Amino acid sequence: MTILVIAEHNNAVLAAATLNTVAAAKAIGGDIHVLVAGAGCAAIGEAAAKIEGVSKVLVADDAAYANQLPENVAPLIADLAKDYSHVLAAATTNGKNFLPRVAAKLDVDQISEIIAVESPDTFKRPIYAGNAIATVQSSAAIKVITVRATGFDPVNAEGGSAAVEQVSGTGDAGVSSFVGEELAKSDRPELTAAKIVVSGGRGMQNGDNFKHLYSLADKLGAAVGASRAAVDAGFVPNDMQVGQTGKIVAPQLYIAVGISGAIQHLAGMKDSKVIVAINKDEEAPIFQVADYGLVGDLFEILPELEELV
Amino acid sequence: MKILVAVKRVVDYNVKVRVKADNSGVDLANVKMSMNPFCEIAVEEAVRLKEKGVASEIVVVSIGPTAAQEQLRTALALGADRAVLVESSEELNSLAVAKLLKAVVDKEQPQLVILGKQAIDSDNNQTGQMLGALTGFAQGTFASKVEVSGDKVNVEREIDGGAQTVALNLPAIVTTDLRLNEPRYASLPNIMKAKKKPLEVLTPDALGVTTTSTVKTLKVEAPAARSAGIKVKSVAELVEKLKNEAKVI
Repeated sequence: MTILVIAEHNNAVLAAATLNTVAAAKAIGGDIHVLVAGAGCAAIGEAAAKIEGVSKVLVADDAAYANQLPENVAPLIADLAKDYSHVLAAATTNGKNFLPRVAAKLDVDQISEIIAVESPDTFKRPIYAGNAIATVQSSAAIKVITVRATGFDPVNAEGGSAAVEQVSGTGDAGVSSFVGEELAKSDRPELTAAKIVVSGGRGMQNGDNFKHLYSLADKLGAAVGASRAAVDAGFVPNDMQVGQTGKIVAPQLYIAVGISGAIQHLAGMKDSKVIVAINKDEEAPIFQVADYGLVGDLFEILPELEELV
Repeated sequence: MKILVAVKRVVDYNVKVRVKADNSGVDLANVKMSMNPFCEIAVEEAVRLKEKGVASEIVVVSIGPTAAQEQLRTALALGADRAVLVESSEELNSLAVAKLLKAVVDKEQPQLVILGKQAIDSDNNQTGQMLGALTGFAQGTFASKVEVSGDKVNVEREIDGGAQTVALNLPAIVTTDLRLNEPRYASLPNIMKAKKKPLEVLTPDALGVTTTSTVKTLKVEAPAARSAGIKVKSVAELVEKLKNEAKVI
């Protein structure tokens, strides 16, 4: 059995989600190869070669793969996939974008967002927004799978010394092009990779009040998230949203501030190791999943908390 | 321009689903069913494109049981012109659905296919992308803005960390994210009118598509429950617990 893991990267940095995906490949068992498809991505290939447990790295360096447009990378991956038993990608917006296209090209079903490996052909995945967990078995010759990062502890980024090999594909399919990208700039850790996450909800009252969360987060080295209610109210941009329709996080510590705890929010954070809830309504559902609850006015609590941590 | 919109009949998003005692699936008996929320957004986007004069005809298609005619009638009431049901009582995987949609695309020849990014029951997030592979069309997934100009469509996409814009040649596939639009409600006169709009029923056999699957569900369980912890009295107590008991700061 040889498993192909598709590296998640932006041509400059290898994303941490790749390490969780390699961890899932390790749980399946067998040789692990990593494909880096990009443009000017030699450094990513070198970084991937150092990942613990990886035996070979394939680098497809082509202008057509610069933004990993699915129309261009799916044929490349589908072509390479024929030599593998499994093809894995992180369940990021990028992996979710190209991998089903690969599966359909191979004429196999895809298994989305696995959270556990039971055996090389059997996996667990959440359905109904995490309100049920399905165990599914695949009889496909090539198993095409996306991996939810929070289900697997990352492998070490260092320690491996895989061989790097250049590969090429058909390049530009000529049906789509990249126009532009607007990414939120922040010095704080990325939400899905942070060890501590501080999130605000409708109780923050307005966007300006999120400054209290930012200063607490900076003291803790935490990322800042938000509930859908806070995003829909326009307090903060939607890439900060934690929940079923936003980011799925599972940090060591999750501090929910002024968040009532709608099912849709809980689906995005209930796998956090320790949950703290701060809310003025002691009946708020968030307290039913919180390890530590504190009832009170968040505008009094936040400055004190920042002072004491 | 003709637009094809795919919709799915699913458990209403307000229903809290329960796992069956024998772990064979979730209990769908006597549960309210509705159009998948992302599919409602897809219908709304098509109707807006027609109102702007970009689209000339909207065909709505569903793959599902006889009862999915309800969701098709809803789409007709919202502004679709005619409906196609590919009737199947089996629970089909995304690849089988994509193959059936490909057969409908071949028949209808739309310039734009709009789908929801995922169904809220199976949470697969696959069908639109798979239809892209089968048709060779370009795809704009997780769309937050759709602009047709000439023989191209520009799609702004919600991605991790921000937004990305891609330009796609037509015909193309768009899958909707939550913030693309806010769907309207159907008015009573439109609901009445929708009853007279054409609804064609096809079968997978008639389309020449086999719907076998390589994935089977062995069991469905309730997720591990998280129990409520303790209430602390003060910030000082909270910080003490986090430092010494939980050891996370």
